[in-house]
Amino acid sequence: MALLEVRDLDVRFAVRGGDLTALRGISFSLDKGERLGLVGESGAGKSVAAFSILNLIAKPGYIAGGQILFEGRDLAAMSERELRKIRGNRIAMIFQDPMMTLNPVLTIGTQMVEAILAHRKISKKEARAIALDRLQKVQIPSPGKRLDQYPHELSGGMRQRVIIAIALLLDPEIIVADEPTTALDVTIQAEIMDLLLDLCEQENVALMLITHDLGVVSQVTQRMLVMYSGRIIEQGPTREIINDAQHPYTQGLINALPQLGEPGARLFQIPGSMPSLKNVPTGCPFHPRCNFATEQCKHSMPDYVRSGNVDVACYEVANLIEQEKHMQEAES
Amino acid sequence: MTSPLVSIRGLEKRFDLSGSLLEQITFEGGRFRRKKEAVHAINGVDLEVQRGEALCVVGESGCGKSTIARTVMGLLSPSAGEIHYDGQRIDNLERKASLPYRRKMQMIFQNPYASLNPRMTIQQTLEEPIRFHHPDWSPIQVRDKIHEVMHSVGIDPDWGSRFGHEFSGGQRQRIAIARALAVDPEFIVADEPISALDVSIQAQVLNLLMDAQESRGLTYLFITHDLAVVEHFGTRVAVMYLGRVCELADTKTLFATPRHPYTQALLSAIPKLEDDRPNHIRLKGEVPTPVNLPSGCVFHGRCPYANERCRQEVPGLITTDGGNQVACHAVEEGRL
Amino acid sequence: MTTATVSRWDRFRESFLWYSFKRDKVAIVSFVVLMLMVLAAVFAPLLAPADPYDLAQINIMNSELPPAGLAGSDPAFPLGTDAQGRDMLSTILYGTQVSLMIGFGAVVLQAALGILFGLLAGYLGGRVDAVLMRIADVQLSFSTLMVAIIVGAVFKASFGNLMFGEIAIYMLIFIIGVSEWPQIARTVRASVLAEKKKEYVDAAKVMGFSTPRIMFRHILPNTLSPIFVIATVQIANAIISEAALSFLGLGMPETQPSLGSLIKSGFDYIQSGSWWITLLPGLVLVVLVLVINLLGDWLRDVMNPRLYKG
Repeated sequence: MALLEVRDLDVRFAVRGGDLTALRGISFSLDKGERLGLVGESGAGKSVAAFSILNLIAKPGYIAGGQILFEGRDLAAMSERELRKIRGNRIAMIFQDPMMTLNPVLTIGTQMVEAILAHRKISKKEARAIALDRLQKVQIPSPGKRLDQYPHELSGGMRQRVIIAIALLLDPEIIVADEPTTALDVTIQAEIMDLLLDLCEQENVALMLITHDLGVVSQVTQRMLVMYSGRIIEQGPTREIINDAQHPYTQGLINALPQLGEPGARLFQIPGSMPSLKNVPTGCPFHPRCNFATEQCKHSMPDYVRSGNVDVACYEVANLIEQEKHMQEAES
Repeated sequence: MTSPLVSIRGLEKRFDLSGSLLEQITFEGGRFRRKKEAVHAINGVDLEVQRGEALCVVGESGCGKSTIARTVMGLLSPSAGEIHYDGQRIDNLERKASLPYRRKMQMIFQNPYASLNPRMTIQQTLEEPIRFHHPDWSPIQVRDKIHEVMHSVGIDPDWGSRFGHEFSGGQRQRIAIARALAVDPEFIVADEPISALDVSIQAQVLNLLMDAQESRGLTYLFITHDLAVVEHFGTRVAVMYLGRVCELADTKTLFATPRHPYTQALLSAIPKLEDDRPNHIRLKGEVPTPVNLPSGCVFHGRCPYANERCRQEVPGLITTDGGNQVACHAVEEGRL
Repeated sequence: MTTATVSRWDRFRESFLWYSFKRDKVAIVSFVVLMLMVLAAVFAPLLAPADPYDLAQINIMNSELPPAGLAGSDPAFPLGTDAQGRDMLSTILYGTQVSLMIGFGAVVLQAALGILFGLLAGYLGGRVDAVLMRIADVQLSFSTLMVAIIVGAVFKASFGNLMFGEIAIYMLIFIIGVSEWPQIARTVRASVLAEKKKEYVDAAKVMGFSTPRIMFRHILPNTLSPIFVIATVQIANAIISEAALSFLGLGMPETQPSLGSLIKSGFDYIQSGSWWITLLPGLVLVVLVLVINLLGDWLRDVMNPRLYKG
């Protein structure tokens, strides 16, 4: 059984003029110790997906359907009290902005001790020892001193290390990291990612990494999902998708990267931009930007087809697979 | 060699942190002392932008790259040093005298959500600069110019009556580019023009900038933190660290044979698609604050090759055999 | 341009302002009541049965008649008469007009001063900022009433009562306007400080536009929403200030009564049973101020930039 299994999750936002669908039929699973990347551009719904895993969607958003099974129990149907036992404890979260987690008027130590005492019945002294241990794990220079410092005394990279230390406090099963390095410089980003990867491997923690950076995904994760307009359009092993993307959107996203283009030549570009939730096109949401779009794509949403180990929602890919099958049959 | 279009000479920029006179006075060790603190954003930078090239300035936050952009455009005045445009010194001009340069030099900003006036329609945004710089033009000439720039950035001229907030980030950045192009500039400073945009939109805007360079013969000073973009876009690259240029080279040369230890670390930190793990050169520590600059080479605190000389003496740019200009004692001495 | 695809009216109808107005019953009722009062005041000369300024129409024999429905009332005076025999309905209509004129006038003056000084202080910064804001601080440390009492007393003494009556309305607008400008100046300054850091201002500078052009054409329109909210509330405050001054005898003379001076003029007769002379204009004043404040609250909620995005 998977550690976390999301089945047919629908999330909607109740706004004036009716509901907006933020997530449509999201299904994926996460095994123990597995590292999963969630890729998409802004508006794709990747942060909503991350928040909904902890059932943390703020009003006017709500879970309209589907299940979020953590060790077989449905988080979507759980009471707030039961959820609190899981959040921060069994499933930890790392945000893009460290100041979303850190309270500016409390010392790092106080905050870490409080986080532990909220879930464990141990003495303050023991809690402080755990806090110190985690700060050492994230390789912060002079960890003892950091316990008594305030968040503003630390640099951005150091704060994000503290956040990772806080996430590790209670030995979680899963860490959900929402763009953890987007606000940081490249050299610091590389160090934080390196650290996160090492820690997840050492402690056998599952990681769900939300990012827009395909380079980071390929370095850190084993499997990835690509989201577009609230839907997963492709998911499978990271290496397989990066090397041979199936969905035209994923292909476009990878080919648009300057590091792959011929220096000085025009970059591959996907025309148009991601539709807003207010006017998601009918059928496949990508069809207005897609070179392969047919009449069918405009009217109905493609189902997932399997190509290698990758699941893709695209009629064009489905047709290609079908043709291949026919050719093979004809040969035999 | 032809004379450069823009040259930056001995540029320094400090931002005073200490506030008013009263706030400067501190009581220390039994006596009052006047204490002055400043951020040393740029510490002696010389750069030349040649006609028709795209000179990229890269570095991490706090390295002074945006300050260079803003100083060149006259949004900030230099603490020391000079800016020359086409042989003429421009950093000390009166507003009237600087107007011709305002037309020749334009700027594209990072955040397309803030760079368009929210109370102006697209039509007004584009019309104002044209009318301002060409008061003698007829309404038809103005209209034709607006249509021409809108067309060239891929914006439908019928959208003129709409406001900026009705557009997506990529479209807004196109409008901002159209505004810069509307006065027919020769030189454009682009300050992180794509870093606020999504990946698929970044490619669109980069292509647009390259097309404009080709069709209008533009010269760019391109500020970015994204080295992958530089490799694609730049003719030459200047790598900055703590307000100094540490390496300057042709793009190809720099990416093939980076010489400065910082450039090497920076290049290794780009997450590449073919990597299965992060494999970057680990630097110790973090970027020091530009308030108290380290003595000697600004990079010595994080440099694996630093020795006593690096801690004492500021390295100047030297030209290596490969054609890179590097400010590093280790390279100069052949240690690296 | 003939190609304008969306008119301003269409834009307004699609706007968040109109949307939230339609759903807010309090706002709708307040707006309707305020509009009725403003229209009634503006068209007072057409609506009022008598002209309270015309001494020839007043008959002292009609003094202190109660409103319709009470014993001794006269159907010619539906709201009764005051101590001089003036028709209460007419005096209230005219009084509302005077009060509203002072309210709007004072706020226009406040806004003009506040916007100018706020823009200068915020955009230019440095010494200009320091000087203007210290003046504002000094101004705020006196209460409006105190300044008004002193200025009013000086005016009254130097011009005499008759002359004072003629210029009273302008003097009140001046006093209330001048003493309240720092409120608006501070708000404008705060939003200018936020706006001038935005890149569209840099873009305007890079274009070579002059400082006044950047200040008034580019920054000012973006600071108007909070001013709009404050100005609404300030109209109510100005009306109250005027009423208070009139009540103290430093406002409008009784020959040209505002709501405040009407309340005052009737105050002496409450004991003798003629409560309506004070109570009716008082009620009108309360309703007027209340609906303006309710509208101001609603505007504040709607225009709160944190709640309203795009």
